[in-house]
Amino acid sequence: MGFRRYMVRKVVVYGITFVFAVTLNWLLPRLMPGNPIEAMVSRSGGAASSQLIKFYEEVYGLNQPMWKQFLNFWVNLFHGDLGYSMLYNAPVSSIIKHALPYDIAILLPAIVLSWLVGNWLGAIAGKNKKYDRYTMPLFYFLASMPYFWFAMILVYVVGVKLGWLPYSGAYAPDLVPSLSWTFIKSFLSHWILPFLSLFIVMIGSWAIGMRNMIIYELEADYVRYLEALGASEKLMTKHAYRNAILPQVTGLALQLGMMVAGAIATEIVFNYPGIGVLIMNAALNQDYFLLQGAFLIVVISVLAANFLIDIVYAFIDPRVRASYTEG
Amino acid sequence: MAMLTVEDLKIYYATPFGHVKAVDGVSFEVREGEVFGIAGESGCGKSTLVHSLILRKPPMVHMGGKALFKGRDLMRLSKEESRKIRYTELSIIPQYAMNALNPTKKIKDIVWDLAREHGHTDREEVERLLRERLKMVKLSEKVADMYPVELSGGMRQRATMVVSTLLNPDLLIADEVTSALDVTTQRVVIELLHHFMREGIVKSIIFVTHDLALLDKIADRMMILYAGKVVEIGPTEEVINEPSHPYTQLLLSSLPRMGIQYRKQKLRGIPGYPISLLNPPKGCRFYTRCPYALDKCPSEEPKLVKVGEEHYAACHLLGGEDQ
Repeated sequence: MGFRRYMVRKVVVYGITFVFAVTLNWLLPRLMPGNPIEAMVSRSGGAASSQLIKFYEEVYGLNQPMWKQFLNFWVNLFHGDLGYSMLYNAPVSSIIKHALPYDIAILLPAIVLSWLVGNWLGAIAGKNKKYDRYTMPLFYFLASMPYFWFAMILVYVVGVKLGWLPYSGAYAPDLVPSLSWTFIKSFLSHWILPFLSLFIVMIGSWAIGMRNMIIYELEADYVRYLEALGASEKLMTKHAYRNAILPQVTGLALQLGMMVAGAIATEIVFNYPGIGVLIMNAALNQDYFLLQGAFLIVVISVLAANFLIDIVYAFIDPRVRASYTEG
Repeated sequence: MAMLTVEDLKIYYATPFGHVKAVDGVSFEVREGEVFGIAGESGCGKSTLVHSLILRKPPMVHMGGKALFKGRDLMRLSKEESRKIRYTELSIIPQYAMNALNPTKKIKDIVWDLAREHGHTDREEVERLLRERLKMVKLSEKVADMYPVELSGGMRQRATMVVSTLLNPDLLIADEVTSALDVTTQRVVIELLHHFMREGIVKSIIFVTHDLALLDKIADRMMILYAGKVVEIGPTEEVINEPSHPYTQLLLSSLPRMGIQYRKQKLRGIPGYPISLLNPPKGCRFYTRCPYALDKCPSEEPKLVKVGEEHYAACHLLGGEDQ
């Protein structure tokens, strides 16, 4: 088994990708036009005296040559120091630490549950033509609907018109995050609408993917062979489903990789304090460090998800395993 | 003793333009202990014929006739009855044998899934049999624990043959199993089929092919189909050496021969193409391409005429009107 070599090769490739992606993250904000210090000083209302600007440039290390900044960035990164946010006046790592749970709380259940429900509905549609005729237009409608648009409809209908659920923030503004019952209740009621806005839209594309795969697999030679040898409908479906789910697993892992920042528009609509909102604010205010930090989290989670698929796939698909043991 | 008796079987395909008469009144029998060959060019109905015995799915429709298999009419079995006898009594090695096994399941798991569907309860027993049979076809018994993707094409072919015959079916249908193979592998396949017969694993084989030279090697009796009808049927030796129907004669003379260069002697074919089965002519279906066509050929359908012991051909030239 060349599994060790396969792993080593993967780790090296992902390591190089990581360095490259993080370097780009560092570089991109610095290529943006404008001076963040000036912006920051003027935001605080003070006159932008050259002395003040110089002082802050020194504080943030922006007066040093680019190569030095780059080096400092990597050294700090390995010390777990992501810098200091100019916008929020707090260490970037602690800002992200507070925002990340909200992203995961919304996106993880939305992605996983929509994957399960979508695959289930899609598999039924792939097998049952009559049901397929009625549900496919609905799936296509869902899949082509922008997340934020459906989110706005939910806000308007359920939040504003019916007034059933709160639609702004992650908890009532007069509460402080804690493990108390009141907070959890408030958090859950704020959680429902953003969750639904993602969950329902996501079902559409999972179902379409699964339906097409099931139709394809049910036509495959190995299913015809099973049928010719007297396999029951149930067994044929079992074999077809097992193979149809494989590309969906890839899709799931890729979606989970986007988990930390996959809902920027949704978070903005619901004013939900996740990484998505942080990224937008950081970009608007040229907050280099916050932007770098937020992107770093995105890069790590996307790479981790891809790495995970590579490993998982070698286990669930013997075709992949066969190809790496050969080459 | 007849294992399978097919009487006047009509299998059509339903299309928006009418029925395509792919198998139109075919009769033959397959006896216990024999290899029965079915030959013909593409589109003559040979695949439709054998597939209709296994599984009829739309647009395939049964328009008449019987197929008595061990006393039961395959055309009248309920879905569940038909499902139950497949594999245990009536099995097939498909044309796509190299790709017939699910690539993501171990071969022993595929076999166990199928065996369980047919009432087997002892997994170890089934696996033991599988390993034994794999060894019989000169594969390692470890193949049982492998995925089909880990095997070469030829190994997959043999593995499929083992899977298809594992439950000792009485009648095995081999549908164009050698068509995509090189001659070495063809020989292996033919030898294995013989071996299956000798060991009593299968009692009879229907061997479908377009390769007459191959049938000569394996079949005890054979049948030539043209455009959904039987043109000639009889013991292989007689049909090959003394073909009675013009179509059989032309088919045999179109086979390439060793030692003759194409520059010296052009490869002979049969001019023209098979007719449309959507609206076939009333008379002989071969008259459009037949060099000996008579006046009555387009209008009168020729009946099978006895030309030898157990040897029949359907042609007016043979004086069919007397019988």
